This record gives sequence, C-alpha cells and structure tokens, in this order.
Amino acid sequence: MAQRTLEMQVRKPHEGSAIVDVKGDITGASEDILMDAYNQAEGARAIILNFEGLDYMNSGGIGLLVTLLVRAKRQHQKIFAFGLTEHYRQIFELTRLDDAIGIYATEADAVAAVNS
Amino acid sequence: MSSSQEPRTDGQQTKVDGKRPEETQPPEIVLGEGAPEVIPESEIPEEVVPPEISARDAANWAKQISTLSVHDVSAEAVNKNVDGKRVNSPIQGFGKMWQKTYRVRLVGCDASPEEVIATWKENFPKFWPANNRFFGPLTGIAPGEVAVLNLALPGRLKLSTGVLVLYADEESFTLMTPQGHMFAGWITFSAFPKDGVPVAQAQVLMRANDPMYEVGLGLGGHKKEDVFWAHTLASLASHLGSEGEVETNVVCVDKKRQWSKAGNIWHNAAIRSGFYAMGAPGRAARRRFSP
Repeated sequence: MAQRTLEMQVRKPHEGSAIVDVKGDITGASEDILMDAYNQAEGARAIILNFEGLDYMNSGGIGLLVTLLVRAKRQHQKIFAFGLTEHYRQIFELTRLDDAIGIYATEADAVAAVNS
Repeated sequence: MSSSQEPRTDGQQTKVDGKRPEETQPPEIVLGEGAPEVIPESEIPEEVVPPEISARDAANWAKQISTLSVHDVSAEAVNKNVDGKRVNSPIQGFGKMWQKTYRVRLVGCDASPEEVIATWKENFPKFWPANNRFFGPLTGIAPGEVAVLNLALPGRLKLSTGVLVLYADEESFTLMTPQGHMFAGWITFSAFPKDGVPVAQAQVLMRANDPMYEVGLGLGGHKKEDVFWAHTLASLASHLGSEGEVETNVVCVDKKRQWSKAGNIWHNAAIRSGFYAMGAPGRAARRRFSP
C-alpha cells in the first residue's frame, strides 16, 4: 500500500477567518494533523478549507470532517470550503456534508461569503 | 494528479488557444475510399477528448444519487422503506452523536488486511446475529450498491430498512443509512496490521434519526447494537481461525440533540414496518379470496 501523506497549513489573511490549505490525502489516519490545524485556527469565527491540493479521500476522511464540523459548531464557528474538484464536490453532496459546509469555487468567493 | 486534469468546478470552461471550446471549430474530417478507419489520437481535436477520470479514489465511491433504488435483491427480503429514500449523514440526524469502535485482534491469523476485507465482504451476511438479515445485491458489496436489511425488533417485529455502499476499497468499506433507519450515519469496516497482528474493526458514526429512536437507544438500543457488532466481529474472527476478544470503545462526539431534525420521525422505518406487519392478515385474506 502506498504511503499516504497529508500536510495542512493555516493562514489568517483576513480578520476573523482562517484558511487551512490541505495538501495530500485525507483518511481516517489524518485526525492528528486535521485537529492540529483546527487548533491553530483557534479564535477564527470561520474556518475555510482549501481543497485545491486534495489528492485522495476515503470514507474515514469524510468521517473526520464531520467530527471537525461538530467541534466547530460547539465553538460557534462556521466551516467553508473551496477548491473542490467535481469529484469531491459530488462526494460532499452524496454524504450531505454540503448541508453544513458552504462550498465555493474560489478563495475569494469563500472569503466574501464569510464576510457577508 | 495535477489539478489541470480535473474538470473545472467554477462553471467556466477551459480555453483552447485563447478560445472557448464552442468557439473552436474542429478540423473537417472527410471519410472516403482509402481513408483510415481509426483516427490517430494526435489528430483528435483537443476539445473533444473527454476529461480524464480524475481522482485515485474515484472508483471507490458511490456515484452521486438523489434517492435510493433497490435492484436484484432476494425475493425473501421485505423490501420496504428503502426505495425513494435519501441517505442521511450524522449531520441530518436528531440524537446525540456517537462514535463507536468495535475491534478484534485476529491473533493466530496471518491474513493480510486485503484478505480480511475480501473475506468480510464475501461473507458479510453470515456474520450477523440470528434473525437479522442482510440482503445484498447479487453483485456483492460494491460502491453504489443498495442492500435491504430485515432486522429483529422486540415483540417479533421485523424492521425493514436498507443501506447504501458509500465507499469500498481493498482495505475498507462503508455503509450509509437512509431516512427511516434507526440512525443517521455510516459504518466503516476496515482491517489493518497492529503490532504484527491483523486487526478487524467496525466503526459507527451516528445520531439516532428521530426522537423515538433516541429514546429506544437509551432504553437498551445502544447495548443491543454493541452486542450486534461484537457478535459480527467474533464471527469474522472465528471464520478466520482466531478467537480474539472484541474491544468496544464508545465516544459521545456531540451531546446536543438537533431538535430541528425531530420531523425525521415521518420516515421512521420501525413505525412503518409495524403498520406493514399489522396489515399482514388483510393481505393474506385478499390473496386467499382473490380470483
């Protein structure tokens, strides 16, 4: 089995929001990295996930996103996403994550939605 | 996979030589005597080459669907409360959110994770406790397939519901529940090596779908579910020649109930299965006296 890697970098270019740049694979084994990124985004009222670098995701990864969503909801934070390919956009719709995560085409669109 | 190979998601079309595809005229190809039957790939205009199927995981996920539809299921199955239902993630459920992990170390078994999962998929219904039936499609557990479940309830009632195979690869597969099922969420079955021993795991991420199920889970439903999956894992271990003990780990991910989802009770498969069972004498009488 190929080694699956994931990197997440957190940027805060706009007040009140944090952008998490996802690069690599999100699987059930990604919990520590995802939650570390979430902790780095502390204080932001909106967390924007940049999926432009997402290479692979399995159902364990989707489960982690649900857990992240619950944590964010507890802190009254909202989650947004951009950069999803059509394939991953369909997975978000199939798993109905799009009910709770605002999905946008570009970073600018997502940031505008946070500020609207 | 570079992003340039992905279809655009922003509603814009890729430009070719500074023009959008619909503005670019493909070269005219005239077939006549002596014309080649196969056009070399290099001569096919770029804009008519279909985009490459993208992600590495594309074949592992169910295709997008709006509602479930059952095909090729055994005539024995009571196929109710599945067709036309949407799947529900934990986000659409009502009750507290739980993550339950059931795990067995397959001591004495030298199967690889791929072999464990292949065995599990092939014999999935056989490992279930008695009086609970999983009617999978003839094609087996594959992404996008829908199975019918007939589950034992107290009072000899049978609950009819189903599941969608949301995801399947060589080391795991995930079943997602529809509206009306006891819980909203999914169960991921996986296998992996740990300390040199193969481990089989079932992990449930769920909320009770509606207030009635939430009460039921509190009144013994959770315990029954724990016994169900412990039995399943023990059966799998036994099938693989191991006698590992099943460990259970339960975490409450969210204590809050989502009252906005209380209306899910409209789809409650237990209530609907109860009404269906009550109508059984009438259906039998109609069959007996119909010409």
